[in-house]
Amino acid sequence: MSGFEAALGRVPLLLAQHFLLSAAAIALGLAFSLPLILVSVRRPAIGRLALALAGLVQTIPALALLALFYPLLLLFSATVGGRLPALGFLPSLLALTLYAVLPILRNGVTGLAGLDPAVIEAAEGMGMTSWQKLRLVEAPLALPMLMAGIRTAAVWTVGAATLATTVGQASLGDLIFAGLQTQDWALVLAGCLAAAALAMTMDGLLGWVEHGLRHRKRRPALTAAVVIVAALLLSAVALWPRGERTIVIGAKNFSEQFILARLIGHRLERAGYRVEYREGLGSAVIFSALQSGDVDLYVDYAGTLWGSEMRRHDRLPRAAMIAAIGDWARRQNGVRLLAPLGFENAYAFAMQPARARSLGVASLADLTRVAPRLTLGSDLEFLDRPEWRDVRDSYGLRFATTQPYAPTFLYRALGSGRADVISAFSSDGRIAADRLTLLTDPRGAIPGYDALLLVDGAHAGDTRLTDALAPLARRISLSAMQEANYRVDRDAAKQSPDAAARWLARRIGLE
Amino acid sequence: MHNGCMPPAITFDAVSKLYGEAAAVRSVSLEIASGSFIALVGSSGSGKSTLLKTINRLVPPSAGRVLLDGVDVAAQPSALLRRSIGYVFQNIGLFPHLTVGRNIGIGLELAGRPDPARVAEMLDLVDLPHGIATRLPAELSGGQQQRVGVARALAPGPRLLLMDEPFGALDPITRDALGRKVRDLHERLGLTTIMVTHDMAEALLLASRVLVMAKGGIVADATPADLLAGKAGPEAEALVAVPREQMRRLMALDREA
Ligand SMILES: Nc1ncnc2c1ncn2[C@@H]1O[C@H](COP(=O)(O)OP(=O)(O)O)[C@@H](O)[C@H]1O
Ligand SMILES: [Mg+2]
Repeated sequence: MSGFEAALGRVPLLLAQHFLLSAAAIALGLAFSLPLILVSVRRPAIGRLALALAGLVQTIPALALLALFYPLLLLFSATVGGRLPALGFLPSLLALTLYAVLPILRNGVTGLAGLDPAVIEAAEGMGMTSWQKLRLVEAPLALPMLMAGIRTAAVWTVGAATLATTVGQASLGDLIFAGLQTQDWALVLAGCLAAAALAMTMDGLLGWVEHGLRHRKRRPALTAAVVIVAALLLSAVALWPRGERTIVIGAKNFSEQFILARLIGHRLERAGYRVEYREGLGSAVIFSALQSGDVDLYVDYAGTLWGSEMRRHDRLPRAAMIAAIGDWARRQNGVRLLAPLGFENAYAFAMQPARARSLGVASLADLTRVAPRLTLGSDLEFLDRPEWRDVRDSYGLRFATTQPYAPTFLYRALGSGRADVISAFSSDGRIAADRLTLLTDPRGAIPGYDALLLVDGAHAGDTRLTDALAPLARRISLSAMQEANYRVDRDAAKQSPDAAARWLARRIGLE
Repeated sequence: MHNGCMPPAITFDAVSKLYGEAAAVRSVSLEIASGSFIALVGSSGSGKSTLLKTINRLVPPSAGRVLLDGVDVAAQPSALLRRSIGYVFQNIGLFPHLTVGRNIGIGLELAGRPDPARVAEMLDLVDLPHGIATRLPAELSGGQQQRVGVARALAPGPRLLLMDEPFGALDPITRDALGRKVRDLHERLGLTTIMVTHDMAEALLLASRVLVMAKGGIVADATPADLLAGKAGPEAEALVAVPREQMRRLMALDREA
């Protein structure tokens, strides 16, 4: 099937990035662990403390650990007054390094502690200094055990590195997350297979090194080391920036974002730019990524910026709101609001029509009365967003239970009756396809959600780029977007975001 | 081999070692003449190893001093001190990742004067074939390993040899052969030797002077002949009684046969 081949086509570059990130994390983890191991041998109390801390880090889910580095780095970056990137490679590297420390530290410490006491006594009895004992006896004898720890670290790190996608670092996770979101299993499979192959290969190569060290054979250890170095060089060469700087297009983690990113990307490629996609970024980090230049372009929604970034709770008419956002954006490192795309992707509360009729619910105001008997299904972040708080407080909504779902499963929950009401998106093709009832918002609690094309400060004045994108302004109607989304989200005859983007371009007369 | 000058004399000056409240060695004072072959016997836990290790400072005493030819062993860095003292112990402790040759040469290597010829010489000295030098310790029998242990201890040319139950893990025949070998090397190389053993027969056959320890103190100090004659006190007598009785029964058996 061509879907899988297309997915495989994206593997090499992501694999190179994934490998470089993992290798850097393991190397840094090693650099961090080795001194700790040495200290632990002479001071076991420090060793126990270090192991306990490393163990504690290990209990933090990798996803959370990665996310935690974002605010930490932002804070740190602010204190050093510098522009330390809080997204992308650095936070991924730091989080994965912490992850790599435990197995290396544990094996190093137990390897040294487990040495035959007779051999240690002999070393001392022969008159070795502390350093000679380490160099001639302890290190060589503990090395195979340490290598085993490095192997474990390598396998863990390669696995956890797939999550680097969520903080804007390209990795094989890009395929997995995008595939999961759009239910493109070829993409998921390609990502998983490539990550598993990488983990197994690294484990095998390091196993070779370990074997060489254990049996005091130089050749396998050297061969494996040469292969690893060659792979590192190859990856670096593959990723070396060539000629023109690439434009990085960001996307959040749902289909519409993937499609719009491709739509923009295709136009820029036609205008002669090299384009790279950073998909699956969290709503909370993507604007900062634009501000810091980690991402050059992306589409956000008026209401999201209004509530989450600008922290405003007042309600303005759509046009005034867009103007206010444009002014505000310019003050954020010169971010430019290029244009609204023409449609809104608002939060909308959707119900099965029969259920809505039987409960007599047509608006959010009607919901107030029956909500205590109902379950609200939401996407993963909605319940934590300011828009939900505004709506909830404005209508006094108190649901019996609230249950977050991944977007794909949200509609199924509504279909199966496990959720009575869901927080949907007005541009979602499944609303029309499933003939869902959208509840009206008589009090105007939900802000406008015009899709807005944003460019970072560095490219705000790039007229070749802005000219290439100008035709997108106010060009995409809600129904066109809904249809494009449905092509990706529907259960049968799914299209890739790339194909849907090409379809959308034709539909809006740009191709 | 004999380099002329005298092997060291050892003085224990009120040496004690405490582990918490418990005393492993209690105020031992003792003179050991240059060139003697001392056997230190006593039951398990009586403090023999602890006393021996105060000489090369693997155990620093809690009180008192150990002197070599009148110089406190604590006067120089312990690594340097230990390089001038041969040390052999029951667990052998060969470096498993180094070849036999490198194991034997390690003392010279540490001192910064590696000498491959010396390795061959040491192999000859302990009756091992030269070919063994390239093998790893794990490929050797227990007896061969301890011969390597002795060669390693003697390679840098120490004049003082400390042995802590060096043959305890070996079979009786190997044990006897190695015991004779060490006694022979003691004479040829002109050493001062202290051997810890819990085997009184071995002590009587090899040593020129036997020290008996009990509860951290020296309870008897005599020549093998005096010990056998029962002139060394009750603790020593209890230890000597065993080999003496065994000998009597063996001789009785021999007469019957
Ligand atoms: N490192 C140590 N810590 C605490 N107690 C020790 C230590 N080494 C030896 N001891 C104690 O000191 C006493 C003498 O031990 P040791 O000299 O090894 O006896 P021996 O060699 O005669 O069998 C024993 O009671 C032993 O348990
Ligand atoms: Mg002992």
